[in-house]
Amino acid sequence: MKDGTLSSLRKLASYGPAIILATLLLVLWESYVRLARVSPFILPAPTAMLQALVANWGLLYEHTLQTLVETLIGLAISVVLGLLIAVLLDLSPWVRRALYPLLLTSQTIPMVALAPLLLVWFGYGLLPKVLLVILYCFFPIAVACADGLLSVEPELIKVLRSMRASRWQILWLVRLPGALPAFFSGLRIAVTYSVTGAIVGEYVGAEKGLGLYMETSANSFAMANVLAAVLITVVLTILLFGLVALCERLALPWYFTQARTQR
Amino acid sequence: MHSPKLQLEGVTYRYRAGRQSVEALAGIDLTVNAGEFVTIIGPSGCGKSTLFNIIAGVEEPTDGTIMLDGEVNGERAGKTGYMPQQPLLLPWRTVEENVMLGLDIRRVPRKLAREQAHELLKRFGLSEFADHYPASLSGGMSQRVALLRTVLFHPSFLLLDEPFGALDALTRLSLQMWLQELWQSLKSSILFITHDVREAILLSDRIYIFSARPARVLRVVRVELPRPRRPEQLATPAAASLEQELISLLLKEQRA
Repeated sequence: MKDGTLSSLRKLASYGPAIILATLLLVLWESYVRLARVSPFILPAPTAMLQALVANWGLLYEHTLQTLVETLIGLAISVVLGLLIAVLLDLSPWVRRALYPLLLTSQTIPMVALAPLLLVWFGYGLLPKVLLVILYCFFPIAVACADGLLSVEPELIKVLRSMRASRWQILWLVRLPGALPAFFSGLRIAVTYSVTGAIVGEYVGAEKGLGLYMETSANSFAMANVLAAVLITVVLTILLFGLVALCERLALPWYFTQARTQR
Repeated sequence: MHSPKLQLEGVTYRYRAGRQSVEALAGIDLTVNAGEFVTIIGPSGCGKSTLFNIIAGVEEPTDGTIMLDGEVNGERAGKTGYMPQQPLLLPWRTVEENVMLGLDIRRVPRKLAREQAHELLKRFGLSEFADHYPASLSGGMSQRVALLRTVLFHPSFLLLDEPFGALDALTRLSLQMWLQELWQSLKSSILFITHDVREAILLSDRIYIFSARPARVLRVVRVELPRPRRPEQLATPAAASLEQELISLLLKEQRA
């Protein structure tokens, strides 16, 4: 118990430098805006951003909820899709050669250009936003998982084959669990893009969502409101990232004890 | 007299490397009788591990006959307990769950498999580690767990490919004694690969000396030391002269 509090305190202390740096930057920003008398239509101060956040909380809350729902649906589908693609890539070198360039191409498309097209094809609803989140997120998950599946020792595969394990047993008992750390690395990258994906979708056209709020606020030069929405995006992404890290710890206790003993 | 556990006749193995056909095994004749401890010793890279892959059913020979459990050139996968040099434990499974891996593959019900793994761990003195993850085990302990995993999958015939090669001398000795005890108590047949002449003499009933690649059987010797073997027996004149004989034979091959 005492050990636990101590280690969590130490953990908190390890974020110290980041907190100090962020505070310093905010103070610099605030003083620059105040001393140089920058117009709030060009660059509002951090305090103005917080005021805007509090003043518009009721409205922002509704939009945030919408964005969060789109993000979570997109992420969930990305996880399933990413895993499926990883297993598919793994099936045979032929499938890998056929599929990999296609997947890579999907990542070269500028999403900003694709978003209006999706709007035309699928309308103002949930679907185009979810599709954008998927396009941002499935790739890091699929690639990390595919690499993870390949990371098994060939000698271990031999042992399993000598035990007459089927291909699916090898996948299920050894390769998929062995790929889980890689899967979580991919998922951590994916969540950092996920909220952005939903917002890009909303920006080009939506009935609700933080992206829509940013767009309308920017059009009316309410910069503090734009920044308030950006702040929510940042916090949302960090929370999702933390949630993934927590799931990882719960799902892979062996991985963390191992890392600790090796250090 | 029972038929031998394993009998190889003229087993050859060739593979293609680029345009060349490389011969790894040149007609191996080898027998392991039921309950016998047989060791293969030979220069590194001579194809011993290839032979093990063939016996374990992971590879097929180019030529020759293999009789396992009286069945000629039949399906061999699943009929041996094959263990490579590295323990290769699954880090996300506890010691007990690692030991029962083979039973999971055989689709033995979980509860039954767990009971059997537990029983085996208790019998060979590892029950206190049952709930540990492999990351917290020493090298020697990991190797014991890997050996029990092999034993639980197939106790009657074990293929052990340099299982103690990566261990320090003292750990190695204690594992050798542990293996001898395990072999005698389970009445297994064992085919064992090593580089270590003393290890071969200490453990084996018979020793096959392989040539450099492509591997042939240079000589077969019987070790006439009383059982159970103790490390002290290595100092007896009979053991010492056998050791010298084998070492000079192997040195000649290493140079070739």
